[in-house]
Amino acid sequence: MITTINKHKNHLTAMAFILIIIGFLSGLAGNGGIKNIALVAATLIAGMPIVIKAYQALRMKAFSIELLVTIAVIGALSIQEYTESSVVTFLFLFGDYLEARTLAKTRSSLKELIDMAPQEATVLRNGESHTIPVDEVVEGDHVMIRPGGKIPVDGKIITGQASIMEAAVTGEAIPVSKKIDDQVFSGTIVDNGLIEMIAEKVGDDTTFAKIIELVEEAQDTKSKTEKFLNKFSNIYTPAVAVLSILVYLFTKDLHIAITFLVIACPGALVIGAPVSNVAGIGNGARHGVLVKGGEVMDTFAKVDTFVFDKTGTLTKGKPEVTDIKTFHNRDENELLRLVAQAETISEHHLGQTIVKEAKKRKLTITNEHVDGEVIKGNGIRAIVDGHVLIIGNRMLLNNEQIPLSEKAASYASEREMLGNTAIFAAVDGEIAGIFSVADQIREDAQLALSEMRKNGIKKIIMLTGDNRHTAKLVANQLGLDEYYAELLPENKVEYVKKLKEKGHVVAMAGDGINDAPAIATADIGLAMGEGGTDVSMETADIVLMADKLMQLSHAYSLSKATIRNMKQNTYFAVGIVFILLLGVLNGTVHLASGMFIHEASVLLVILNGMRLIKFNHMNKNSTQRPTI
Amino acid sequence: MSKAVFQLEPLTCPSCINKIETTLNKTTGVQSAKVLFNAGKVKAEYDETQVKGMQLEEIITKLGYPVQSAKISE
Repeated sequence: MITTINKHKNHLTAMAFILIIIGFLSGLAGNGGIKNIALVAATLIAGMPIVIKAYQALRMKAFSIELLVTIAVIGALSIQEYTESSVVTFLFLFGDYLEARTLAKTRSSLKELIDMAPQEATVLRNGESHTIPVDEVVEGDHVMIRPGGKIPVDGKIITGQASIMEAAVTGEAIPVSKKIDDQVFSGTIVDNGLIEMIAEKVGDDTTFAKIIELVEEAQDTKSKTEKFLNKFSNIYTPAVAVLSILVYLFTKDLHIAITFLVIACPGALVIGAPVSNVAGIGNGARHGVLVKGGEVMDTFAKVDTFVFDKTGTLTKGKPEVTDIKTFHNRDENELLRLVAQAETISEHHLGQTIVKEAKKRKLTITNEHVDGEVIKGNGIRAIVDGHVLIIGNRMLLNNEQIPLSEKAASYASEREMLGNTAIFAAVDGEIAGIFSVADQIREDAQLALSEMRKNGIKKIIMLTGDNRHTAKLVANQLGLDEYYAELLPENKVEYVKKLKEKGHVVAMAGDGINDAPAIATADIGLAMGEGGTDVSMETADIVLMADKLMQLSHAYSLSKATIRNMKQNTYFAVGIVFILLLGVLNGTVHLASGMFIHEASVLLVILNGMRLIKFNHMNKNSTQRPTI
Repeated sequence: MSKAVFQLEPLTCPSCINKIETTLNKTTGVQSAKVLFNAGKVKAEYDETQVKGMQLEEIITKLGYPVQSAKISE
C-alpha cells in the first residue's frame, strides 16, 4: 500500500491539481457544495504521501517537515479552510517533485562519470575471445580493445598502440598516445588503434572505481556550515512547533498559528549548503579535480599561501637533453649514439634521459650487452664499438685524468648557470662533448600561478631538494616570492609548519609520494600526477588527475565560487524565512501563498547551486552573475 | 566482517538518511551503516554470522526505499 502510494506520487499530485481546478471552477459557477467536495478530495489525495512520510519519520522519533504540514492541514480542515488545505498539500508535493528533478541535475556530473563506466570486456581465454561482463574479468586476463571501445580494467598494453581519450580519469579532452608497456585505465576510450592489454586491477580496485567512490563519499562529507545547519534544524523544527502554540495562545487565531507552523520550516536553509557542495564537487570531478568534501572546499577557499614542490610539480619532472656540444668536429648524432649505447648499462635517470633522446632521434641503440661499469654518483666507464667511453661529472674526469680545456670548462659552467646539469663525455681519453640535461618548467605554470594570484593567493613559495642554481632559475622565471633549495622531505614539513604558525592558511602541492609528509601537514594538500597513485589519493585533500597546473587554478577558483554560492544560499534562505514570519505575524502572508513562497525559495537555492555545474574559471564573468 | 552496498532510487529528503541509518544501526550484527545521500547508496558493515546482507536489503525495502541493486561481499 505504502509503496504503491509512493510510486504514484506524481499521479496523485496531478489528480489533486485537477480536483483543485474543478473546485475553483465550480466555486466560480456558484456551486459551493461541489467546490468543497473537490477541494477536500484534493487535500486527502495529495495528503496521503505526506501523512505516510510523517508517520514513518515519527516512528523513528525524527521530526520532519511532513509532520508540521500534516498538523497544519488537519488544522486547516478543522476550521474548514478547504482551499488552503488543498493548495498547501498540492504545493508541497509539487515542490517535492520539482526538487527531485532539479536535485537530479545537480548530481548529474557524478552520474555522467558513472555512465562512463565500462560494461563489458572482450577477453582471450584458451586462445578464444569471449565477451563477458566487466565484473567477471580477473587479474591476469588478456583483454582486447578495438577502436571506439572502452578499456574495461586497469593494466598494461602488451601488443599494439593506440591514441586514448582519458577524459574519464584525467578530465583532459585531448587523446594521448600509448604503446607497449604503457599503463591504461578503466573507463578511458580507445580513439583509434587496436590494443591487447593484461589486466592488473579489476572491479573496485581500478582507478576509475576509486574516483567514483571518492567523489560519492566527498559529496556527502559535510562541511562545518552544513553540520551547523543540521544541528540548527534539529533544534529549530521542534522550536517552531512550540512557538506556533505560543502564537496561538497569544492571538487565539488558529489560522495564523498554522500558517506560522508551515512556513517557518527551514527547507531552503537545510538544502542550500549541500546543494552548492554537490554541484561544486561534481564540477571538479568532471574537470579531473577530486575535492574530498565540503570541509576541504571551505578551507581551500581560505588559502592565502601556496607552497610548491619543484620537480614534477612546477617542472615537468621529466628531464630532457637541451643541448649537445661537441669538440674536435665530432658528429653530434654519432657521439649521442655512442654515449646512449654506453648508458644502457646505467639505471641513473640522467643516463636514461640520454638514451631516450637517442631513441627520439631514431638512432640505432641495440640491446646487446655493453662491457662497462657504473661508478656510483659519478658516471660510467664503458667500451662501445671498440672505443673507451668515460661519461659523467667533473669529478669523474679528474679521477680518470682526462684534461678539460679552458673552453669546455667555461662552456659547462655557463650551461650550469642556466639551470642545466652538464654531463661530460670522453672518447678514448679525450673530451668529446658536453650534454646539457634540464627539467623544463611546465608550459602552463606561468598562467596558472598568475591566475591564482589574481584570485587571492598572496604568497607563492617553492621548496625543493634540488640545487640552488636550478631552484633560483625556476623561482626567477616564475616570479615566485620565496624559494628554499636543497631540502630533505622533513625540512619541507618544517617550512610548512612554520608558515602555519605564522597564521597563514597553507596549501601544499607536490607529486604525492616523496612529498606526502608535507602534503599531510599543510591545511590543504594537493597531489599531482597522471592517473593519481593510490598514495596520493589517500593522503591528499585534493587530487589533480591530469598533470596540469591549470587544473589547480581551476580548483582554487571553483572552491571560492562554491563557498560564495553556499553563502548566497544561506543568506537568502534565512532572509526568506524571516520575511515570511513577519508577513504571517502582520497578516499579509496566508497559508497557501506562504507555502508557495517557501517552495519557490527551495527551488531557487537549488537553481543557484546548479550554476556551479557549468562553472569554468576561464569565463567566470558570465557564470558568476548571481541569480538572486 | 562483511560489507554490503545497496543502490537505492534517488533520495530527495535529508530526513531519509536518519531513518535508514538509525534503523540499520539498531539491527543486531550491524557494525556501521552509512547513507550516501547524493549517490543514493547505503553502505553497511556487519557480522555475517548474526545477520545476512539479504536481510538488510529487506529492512531497507520495508522502510519504503526499494533496493535497485546490491553488492554483497560475505
